[in-house]
Amino acid sequence: MQIDLRTVTIKPLRHTFDNIARRIGADKPASRYQEGTLDMQQEANYHYRPTWDPDHLIYDRDRTAIRMADWYGFKDPRQFYYGAYALARAKQQDTAEANFDFVENRGLAATLPDDIRDTVLKLLVPLRHVAWGGNMNNAAVCAYGYGTAFTQPCIYQAMDQLGIAQYLTRVGLLLGDVEALDAAKRAWMEDDTWQGLRRYVEDTMVLRDPVELFVAQNVALDGLLYPLVYETIIDDVLSAKGGTPVAMLTQFMTDWYAETRRWVDATVKTAAAESDANKAVVGGWIAQWRDRAAAALLPVGRIALGARADELTAEVVQQFNARMAKAGVPV
Amino acid sequence: MSTVFIALQTNEETRPVIEAIVQDNPDAVVNEQPAMVKIDAQDRLVIRRETIEELIGRPFDLQELQINLITMTGNLDQTDDEMVLYWRA
Amino acid sequence: MDMQAAKKKLGLKERYAVMTRGLDWTPSYQKMEDIYPYIAYEGIKIHDWDKWEDPFRLTMDAYWKYQAEKERKLYAIIDAFNQNNGHLNVTDARYINTVKLFVSGISPLEYVAHRGFAHAGRAFPGPGPRVACLMQSLDEIRHAQTQVHAISNYNKYYNGMHDFHHAHDRVWFLSVPKSFFDDAITAGPFEFMVAIGFSFEYVLTNLLFVPFVSGAAYNGDMGTMTFGFSAQSDEARHMTLGLEVIKFILEQDPANVPIVQRWIDKWTWRGYRVLTLVAMMMDYMLPKRTMSWKEAWEVYFEENGGALFKDLARYGITMPKCAEQIALEKDHLSHQAWSTFYNYAMAANFHTWMPDEDEMAWLAGKYPDSFDKHYRPRYAYWREQAAKGNRFYNKTLPMLCQTCQIPMIFTEPGDPTKICYREADYKGDKYHFCSDHCKKIFEDEPEKYVQAWLPVHQIYQGNCFPEGTDPSVEGFDPLAAVLRYYKLEHGRDNMDFDASEDKRNFAEWRGQATRNI
Repeated sequence: MQIDLRTVTIKPLRHTFDNIARRIGADKPASRYQEGTLDMQQEANYHYRPTWDPDHLIYDRDRTAIRMADWYGFKDPRQFYYGAYALARAKQQDTAEANFDFVENRGLAATLPDDIRDTVLKLLVPLRHVAWGGNMNNAAVCAYGYGTAFTQPCIYQAMDQLGIAQYLTRVGLLLGDVEALDAAKRAWMEDDTWQGLRRYVEDTMVLRDPVELFVAQNVALDGLLYPLVYETIIDDVLSAKGGTPVAMLTQFMTDWYAETRRWVDATVKTAAAESDANKAVVGGWIAQWRDRAAAALLPVGRIALGARADELTAEVVQQFNARMAKAGVPV
Repeated sequence: MSTVFIALQTNEETRPVIEAIVQDNPDAVVNEQPAMVKIDAQDRLVIRRETIEELIGRPFDLQELQINLITMTGNLDQTDDEMVLYWRA
Repeated sequence: MDMQAAKKKLGLKERYAVMTRGLDWTPSYQKMEDIYPYIAYEGIKIHDWDKWEDPFRLTMDAYWKYQAEKERKLYAIIDAFNQNNGHLNVTDARYINTVKLFVSGISPLEYVAHRGFAHAGRAFPGPGPRVACLMQSLDEIRHAQTQVHAISNYNKYYNGMHDFHHAHDRVWFLSVPKSFFDDAITAGPFEFMVAIGFSFEYVLTNLLFVPFVSGAAYNGDMGTMTFGFSAQSDEARHMTLGLEVIKFILEQDPANVPIVQRWIDKWTWRGYRVLTLVAMMMDYMLPKRTMSWKEAWEVYFEENGGALFKDLARYGITMPKCAEQIALEKDHLSHQAWSTFYNYAMAANFHTWMPDEDEMAWLAGKYPDSFDKHYRPRYAYWREQAAKGNRFYNKTLPMLCQTCQIPMIFTEPGDPTKICYREADYKGDKYHFCSDHCKKIFEDEPEKYVQAWLPVHQIYQGNCFPEGTDPSVEGFDPLAAVLRYYKLEHGRDNMDFDASEDKRNFAEWRGQATRNI
């Protein structure tokens, strides 16, 4: 039976789920972000302890040193639930595809000055391994963190990092060949330039505190790497030397960083604003990992910047400090 | 002999795909339901990109099947040109 | 500069290989066992992660593209369904109880799957399985959310699902699905993959989704049908992952075979016990039936599973032994389950009813060997009693199986007149089981299963009353206190459909829609 109901108005019994109404303070229509996020993670009466971590519950607030009265105090300013996330990325990948096509079809890769192409291959292609580490680390934060508001964006971030690693691979294939990927991997494994950064990435892979891992990866490392590599080196320095096609190939990363840092900032801000104790712990992590990341990125920056690397890296660190101060954590 | 199958949503996008499967697997049995089409074959079922492209007159990426796939059974082997479902005898 | 011409285009397999495993490296600043600490203790031996065969080779750009298209379609349909009060087009309001069961019993499991695959993906040192698991983790949060979003509109008009997260963690029968997934996520990463990736996704998921989704379609619930189909398109990817995982583990070392066989036996049974809820839904709760539980089991397990286990025989894997008992139970499972919920409808978040004459005839036709003999007389009696005003709601709490947590309602294999009881002693305590299989699972890992949060035990221990409850006051009503702890509204969320607000509202709203009042 098909009924045309367009003229019929019936009064709902309630406007959202009770848990949402309790959190937003009233029974009123809730957003899809709210209904898809709040209290999604189980909270009580777990049946068994993890055999892989018997000292903790399945989801356990004590895996981190950060204390939150309510882990749903975190909010993703992008309000990403899966659908909103997938649509946003599909749009960006559409642009990226068009950019790759443009560069490829017009043979723009061949017009790059040799030294620029060399620099790009040496600098960008090994970074796909760094992004791979970012994938693993965000997967860990998602798996071992507490509360969907905090963990949900991390699976998106993890898969974004995989996407970035794959875009960087395509850059390598477009400007070079499979051999360029192999050469970059050898550099990543053996060249002094990369060992500080590789050590940083491997050291983060053994962190057990999910919030510290979040800081080491998303705040400190990416907070310095993206501005240095994509904004300073590619968009400014290389573009001025005829490297604009490269900026087209990395537009995804530039846009992605501008978008995701708002979420990272909001997360830092919420954690630090909770208590002085949190602020001290988060501040300590940020300072420690920032210093290590800056030192590890310096030789990498030299690939493109030569002697200016120190000065420009210091600038990026200054901007980073200002950004953290704005998020409520002066470091 | 064991049955392999694939089930797709019934819609405009899958119509030529199903036609292509029938062409390439003459022994396949098509079971049409209102919302879903299930195609059974003995031991092996192949979906070929070229056959679909001939029917729709445009390039087709076999990964587009993802959008309308409901379920399948058997081992899977996928390349750019074909997707094969099979049981090992 | 002639490099462009010389470049050869990579095929799908090579391309995918450089896009995934090419990204990985062998660490030297940290030890493998510190980066991947959870990989050794289960006893599974992996010699070469590179032997992993990727089933679907989706890179992230393609993933985003196709998934966004699915999401666009899905939400357009959900919006249209809601805007047109599509819920009034379902066959009758009894159908909505399947939606309640789904959102409180199944959707929260999708969320656990999301976290579990994030954990398993991170745990595996092999880049191939890691990427596949993480992609599945991302899919699973999609499923959890699209289900909540699709069902959100039902919650606005019908009772029983208004606090489903809270209910999932507490209500007695919901501990059955909850403990199933808790069991999987607390197992090691390899067992998790065999449990969920293989046994659940590959062997059993068709039994959950295809009947549920076609049930929704048959009963006019376009919103649910659409999220179901949309989720299934991801399931196809998950199923192939599950099968690849099994083949990979088995091919790596013959010593893995007995471990995997034990897991397959365990998880087929665990999964089947959870599907009791689906069996009951198919045979009793869908006003318009698609197929019987028994038929679904025959098509999706006996035929399909037969082909699958024939394929795996080369490794020495055999059909799980429990399949024999399941075959004996298929004539009884749904009837015994529905009888139990009819008994305990006071403490459930959905409504129950007795099948009418037409439905009894359908059941008798589908179950010629069991229905008329064992179940029709029971229903006839209950119906008669209800008509006389003696509707009996059972308030005595049942004994639960320590493993599957279902009340001890199942009968002896081959004798539907005798309840099946098994027990075991462990460290001075006695534990009870519904079957040999649940007992065996307990005995293999008693340290794990003694931890079970059994709702009945918890109620008797006083752990399921709202904070501040004093059970010693005169006139204390334990059931009322438990319902408050569950946040169930007595008289609205529970008991018989016939007297329910859902039934009244649906009739009135549909009346407004079809008549000129």
